[in-house]
Amino acid sequence: MDSVRYHHAIKVNLDKCVSCTHCIKVCPTEAIRVIKGKAVINKDRCVDCGECLRACPVNAFYVEQDDLLQIQKYKHRVALFPAAMIGQFPENITENQIYNGLLQIGFTHAHEVEQPISVLKEMVDEYCQQHSESKPLISSYCPAVIRLIQVRYPSMTENIIRLKAPHDLAALNVKQALLEDGAKEEEIGIFYITPCAAKIAAVKQPVGEEESIINGIINMNEVYNRIMLNIENNKEEQDTSHMRQGLTRDGVLWCLTDGEAIHSEGRAMAIDGIHNVIKFFERIENEETPEIDFLEVRACDQSCAGGILLTGNRFLTVERLRKRALRYQPATSSNKIDAKLDIATLKQSLHAAPIPPKPIMMLDKDMARALEKLNRARSIMCHLPGIDCGACGAPSCMALAEDMVQQKAKMSDCIFLQQRWQSQGKISAKKAYKNMEEKWGEDRFEPDCNKKGAKNESF
Amino acid sequence: MQVKFDVEGGNFSKAGHASSQVKKILKQLNVAPKIIKSIVVALYEAEVNIVAHAYNGTIEVTIDPQKILINLSDNGPGIADISLAMQEGFSTASQEVRQMGFGAGMGLPNIKRNTDEFEIESEVGKGTKLIMTKFF
Repeated sequence: MDSVRYHHAIKVNLDKCVSCTHCIKVCPTEAIRVIKGKAVINKDRCVDCGECLRACPVNAFYVEQDDLLQIQKYKHRVALFPAAMIGQFPENITENQIYNGLLQIGFTHAHEVEQPISVLKEMVDEYCQQHSESKPLISSYCPAVIRLIQVRYPSMTENIIRLKAPHDLAALNVKQALLEDGAKEEEIGIFYITPCAAKIAAVKQPVGEEESIINGIINMNEVYNRIMLNIENNKEEQDTSHMRQGLTRDGVLWCLTDGEAIHSEGRAMAIDGIHNVIKFFERIENEETPEIDFLEVRACDQSCAGGILLTGNRFLTVERLRKRALRYQPATSSNKIDAKLDIATLKQSLHAAPIPPKPIMMLDKDMARALEKLNRARSIMCHLPGIDCGACGAPSCMALAEDMVQQKAKMSDCIFLQQRWQSQGKISAKKAYKNMEEKWGEDRFEPDCNKKGAKNESF
Repeated sequence: MQVKFDVEGGNFSKAGHASSQVKKILKQLNVAPKIIKSIVVALYEAEVNIVAHAYNGTIEVTIDPQKILINLSDNGPGIADISLAMQEGFSTASQEVRQMGFGAGMGLPNIKRNTDEFEIESEVGKGTKLIMTKFF
């Protein structure tokens, strides 16, 4: 179990990284260190939340995606996207124009993830009724939250609802419909247009599933740019309203905060923003919360409207989506969404395997050794300054001390300690400087007028 | 390993600090999640008891590879009848405290349930001492 590595979509562009340490501070699992002047992500700890990408002042983090040209391999090319995507576009652009934009890019079908949401809604209701013993039941919607639970709150993995995510349901639904219309399985290419990195990781290596039926992933910002470039030529477009069959008010709102919780029969709460989520999970673990039946938990502030691959302001996106939702009817029973669909089969395939815990907080598997390491780390802390400056490449003095007992860092990584040793004559100035260069790269401290904020910075 | 916490009576916004810190340590030590949960729940109850009833108190935690030993001691009103206080639902918490969601009278029995060894000593007008042990 431990040897299974996560797939990660967030990567560091080493040419762009200037080792400013902004990212190491915001990471909710302390997964990033600066090593030899570059940010390095620990794959076991990363939950793909994208906080590093948001914090980076030089865009050194990027989200790996599939090549858009890949869609041409298929006869039936489906753009599968969450309703959040529509909310990014200014009001004067119509749904029809956006759908036509997708067709112009080369897709043959456009489908919103939330079109068959009533199926999932019914299943969540049923699940909650059947599993009332493991309260609070936590939604499986946000993959970054699921990974956060696996690594930081392993005991809570049992609370995660074992149902697949809306994109799995929608992909199954689309595929079923296309096959029904006579398409061959190998001719169908389903491409998910993703609002974030976590969804990519979830599609490429689903937690609690064997294999995803989605054929590729395209970043939402790329699709947004392409649609916007063509929007002017899009006046005489064809009517695409038939493609939005089954879309409901509840579907449009599903990706926003309270989109799920509002439907819960019992006591339900919605929490968004990964640092808020962490605070709340700490309380749940301590049983400092009242009994909650259902928890909707999303890593991004304003849920998917705040996804790292969306363009524009998240609050404007929310406002537009709320307005859009009013144009659609509330969800009714799943039996009414499409007479052609086999709801029973859909529901069957939505059950997911249990989510395994993958704890990362422990210092050693052996308790005695872990205790020894913790004692050593605490002794090391006596000597570190407690400034948490990040100039050692670790997010805090405590993190540095823990790295040291894991033999991943050394005392001289602390610049203040080095200064002290120098003043005490324990180490030469030359040696101290060399230590710093080792950590931060050889040319790191040469004057550079092209850097951000400096004289010759080009914008 | 030893860790010590001071607890301020009446400050509910800080209640839970010791249990959160201890939880972090136990996770670092790779203690089984279910055991961590019991310890944290018991410690949190005891911590809130000091906040809700006493003027101030201290929590001393000793951890070795086999067990955790938690020693809580407060300066406070003390408990007149311990066997009564050990009954589920018995509470002397003020209306104010109850309105905050504390003081339902499940504290001491809940601590006992979640620990392997539990001792309580109290002197009216002086304070209360709790010693709890949980084996890993």
